[in-house]
Amino acid sequence: MNLSLALWLTQDAVVNGAVYALLALALIVVYTVTRVIFVPQGEFISFAALSLATLQNGKVPGTVHLLIATGLVVAVLDGWRMAKTRDFSRLPRLVLFNIALPLAVAALAWWSASRPTDVWLQVLVTLGIVIPFGSMIYRLAYQPLASASILVLLIVSVAVHYMMVGLGLVFFGGEGLRASIFPGFNFDVGILTISLQSIGIVLSSVVLMVVLWLYFGYTVYGKALRATAMNRIGSRLVGISTEFSGKLSFTLAALIGAISGILIAPITTVYYDTGFLIALKGFVGAIIGGMGSYPIAAVGSLLVGFLESYSSFWASSFKESIIFTLIIPVLLWRSLGKHRIEEEEEE
Amino acid sequence: MSATLEVEKLAVSYDKVEALHGASLRVDKGSIVTVIGPNGAGKTTMLAAMMGLLPSRGAIVYGGRDISMMPVEARVDEGLCLVPERRELFSEMSVEDNLLLGAFSRIRRGAGKIDGDIEEIFTRFPRLKERRRQLAGTLSGGERQMLALGRALMAKPQLLMLDEPSLGLAPRIVRDIFHVIASLRSSGVSILLVEQNARAALQVADYGYVLELGEVVLEGPAASLVTNPRVAETYLGLAGAAD
Repeated sequence: MNLSLALWLTQDAVVNGAVYALLALALIVVYTVTRVIFVPQGEFISFAALSLATLQNGKVPGTVHLLIATGLVVAVLDGWRMAKTRDFSRLPRLVLFNIALPLAVAALAWWSASRPTDVWLQVLVTLGIVIPFGSMIYRLAYQPLASASILVLLIVSVAVHYMMVGLGLVFFGGEGLRASIFPGFNFDVGILTISLQSIGIVLSSVVLMVVLWLYFGYTVYGKALRATAMNRIGSRLVGISTEFSGKLSFTLAALIGAISGILIAPITTVYYDTGFLIALKGFVGAIIGGMGSYPIAAVGSLLVGFLESYSSFWASSFKESIIFTLIIPVLLWRSLGKHRIEEEEEE
Repeated sequence: MSATLEVEKLAVSYDKVEALHGASLRVDKGSIVTVIGPNGAGKTTMLAAMMGLLPSRGAIVYGGRDISMMPVEARVDEGLCLVPERRELFSEMSVEDNLLLGAFSRIRRGAGKIDGDIEEIFTRFPRLKERRRQLAGTLSGGERQMLALGRALMAKPQLLMLDEPSLGLAPRIVRDIFHVIASLRSSGVSILLVEQNARAALQVADYGYVLELGEVVLEGPAASLVTNPRVAETYLGLAGAAD
């Protein structure tokens, strides 16, 4: 291996590692706040990447219809609950977020499909399609089970994952798609060729991480999410409801998934089931951080990125096995150390 | 006087074991009511049920409405607050952030600036002001209790329920805490105080209940409970009977 190859692999590792770190953050936020191991995180990536590519091909993606349908189901369920309790104070909100917003996104998607060159509009529509799914999925699949055990929640996650993968196949077919956001422009730094694409990914990830750090550290709602992760009873006693924190954390997860999907769409061909494998690598990073420490998880995700890119060079057929084998020593080391996760489970 | 809280035949079961068998009590507006009783009498269970942390049977009428089906967060919105025995602070957050989140239910409903309210808590508990940037987990027991009280006050409660505020604290700090509880009465907050330290509790309270084995066995104005021979013997010790 010569230096230029090593640098090239490193670039690849950093780019992938940055995306895994974002996903690890989403998984940790969802887990610490709601105790849900969010298996379908990767489907947000597939949905976003494929919706973006479909829009660039001048068609309206099927996810738009799913968004309208899901919004209607949520509206009917919550509307029924309101009718039963005769409390209609939140009706405008309900209609706005579950009926008006999906319809607006659909209109925008239809307009955007006729303008295949308007990249930023496509990105906006893609975000508009994917992000609302976060709170809707929480409402439909998890909210009725908010006090169930971690195992039950995990089983629900697996079910949601299979449903979303299946729907992805229906909407986008088995063909892989690729999108482009940044112009394909490369420049040379010494012996290394850097693509504008990879700089875009790393920069976007860093910006998103800083924004999330500010959000969690300096806003009341961000602090409320952290508080829920720290002490569930304490947070309920100050009026942070499980519904509120659940919907907010799932929305963040959907936002991170959507952005990750948009970022990777230009560098990999995305299939309806690609997202799962990518999120699984983010999950390895999250496990390294003990599903609790974000800085360790970010470093772990970078490690996963390096392991992936170097093993794909030396032993490409064992690439995935090597990455997932990493979990075993990590779990051993974790189980010898603090018993953090077990304690949280006992609550 | 009108009742802030009226509890009728409240019963709570853990699986098949009933821990509270139809306890009834009443807290008048602006008064301090105490529930005393030995370990395991069901005092903490009763508070948890009133707050909605545990499912219960019976009626919990608060501000003229039955709230027994409301979730915890809705009860907080209505001005019902609990300072639990374990404090349940956000230990990896600063003292200031703990107080800020205490006002979360008000902020979500559109309360504007709450900096003034935090300053008010700091005047009540100057120790917390000195430690405002410190993590809640690094505080001493007394400071943690002050923070738990302060966090609950940030919600501007109408009824404050305190579970064993003196537990595990040094006598001097217990005095401080009870001083604060007594001073809250003048600001119009009704208080339901659960205590094992019966002497201190009956000193600040207007009315008292004695809970034993999940049942109210005795009730009356605090002054008369202090002189009741049974209370004096069991909860105040012989010295109390001689007073």
